[in-house]
Amino acid sequence: MSLLMPETGLLFWMLLAFGIVFLILAKFGWPVITGMVEKRTSFINESVKSAEEANKQLENIKIETAAIIAKAHEEEVKILKEAAEMRKQIIQDAKNAASEEAKKIVEATKEQIVAEKERALNEVKDQIAEISIQIAEKVVRDDLKNDKKQAEMIERLLNEIKTSH
Amino acid sequence: MRRLFYILFLSVFFSVNICASTPTEEGEKINVKEIIFDHIGDSYEWHITSVNGKHISIPLPIILFSEQSGFHMFMFSVFHHEESFKGFRIGEKDGKYAGKIVEVNAQGEEVRPWDFSLTKNALALIINCLLLVFIVLWVAKWYKKKPMEAPKGFRGVMEMLIMSVHDDIIKPCVGKDYKKYAPYLLTAFFFIFFNNIMGLIPIFPGGANTTGNIAVTIVLGLCTFFAVNIFGTKEYWKEILWPEVPTWMKAPIPLMPVIELFGIFTKPFALIIRLFANIMAGHSIVLGLTCLVFITAQMGEVVNGSMTVVSVLFSIFMNCLELLVAYIQAYVFTMLSSVFIGLSRVESHH
Repeated sequence: MSLLMPETGLLFWMLLAFGIVFLILAKFGWPVITGMVEKRTSFINESVKSAEEANKQLENIKIETAAIIAKAHEEEVKILKEAAEMRKQIIQDAKNAASEEAKKIVEATKEQIVAEKERALNEVKDQIAEISIQIAEKVVRDDLKNDKKQAEMIERLLNEIKTSH
Repeated sequence: MRRLFYILFLSVFFSVNICASTPTEEGEKINVKEIIFDHIGDSYEWHITSVNGKHISIPLPIILFSEQSGFHMFMFSVFHHEESFKGFRIGEKDGKYAGKIVEVNAQGEEVRPWDFSLTKNALALIINCLLLVFIVLWVAKWYKKKPMEAPKGFRGVMEMLIMSVHDDIIKPCVGKDYKKYAPYLLTAFFFIFFNNIMGLIPIFPGGANTTGNIAVTIVLGLCTFFAVNIFGTKEYWKEILWPEVPTWMKAPIPLMPVIELFGIFTKPFALIIRLFANIMAGHSIVLGLTCLVFITAQMGEVVNGSMTVVSVLFSIFMNCLELLVAYIQAYVFTMLSSVFIGLSRVESHH
């Protein structure tokens, strides 16, 4: 059974060949390859994880953005409402002021009218009085053309003065 | 499937017709056993083919160390012309050292000198080793140049193979110290795998029955044996010498320790024989099926023609099977080595 008997020479060559192959590959072959593959694996895992995180952050940012936009909308509506109110207020105020001014003017005008009326009345009164005096003078002058009536008049006037004292 | 069957049938039929039309030659009777044993054994020259009865072979150097005459180195081709050279000759066919180089001592007996000849298997081993080293270093160089990039093509196949062995065999089987053993186990896997594959290629650098040679598998088995036992933990030796069994099984007569000690040697022995026998058997079957063509040559054209087709089909099937076996045997050797190493790294469970 020469098949089952190992040959010394082949044992020697095998030991030599396998030993050298092992030394070379253990130093320059396997560790390089497995190390690189493992590094790559961990790199890919980390990349996936960080991408996931980035996605999550993006989602958060999106939510935040939406919230900010919604808030801005609210603010806008509020501001518009306020502006509208303010406009109304201003118009109202202007109206009020205008009506007051108008009232004032009307009143002043009324007063002026009243004053003017009085003045006119007074003038009319004065004129009436003057005219009536003139009339009275004329009447009196006609009456007093005779002396008797003059004396009578003086006497009556004196009486009047005495009684009034 | 039906079409395939027709093709098969027709090829058998036509080969019968063609053979029937060629005149038969009375060839010499062939010895299948000799052919097979010639192939699966070792030789001093690498026989490539024979053309018209002329052998074409690569002569290999003979390196001898004789206790009588010292160191010698010459080519085997000298024996083509001469019966003996420098007192060495080829052993008698029926003798103890048939086919080996022997020296005749003073008493006229055949003695074998220390034979370190670079035989066919030794040369094949060296070629395969060079190829393996070249391929692995080539892949490693690429990784150094382009870290963080996934390889494509052949490098991708190598990465897949390497990482499948590393992650699916070594890591789970060895346990937490796997980094220390990974280089040896990976080397063993790819060494066996490459040699198996190269053995299946029928022409020159391939075709040598390296992993089907006991000397090769013995070295591999011994490497595993040393890797297991040199780095074995205290717990491992305790489990062998004082296992946890009822005291009567180990106290007066060390029954279990003897069995366990025996196991230390049977484990690598099983590895050695399994690899050797599987590959050798595979080579023998493929050769036997191929020889079918030549055996049936004497049985007439019809038998020969149809058997040629059958032989080729069976050979193809066997070669495919051997491809599978090439991987499986490398896998099994590596996995069992990993398991044995893993068992030798046990830690106290208490």
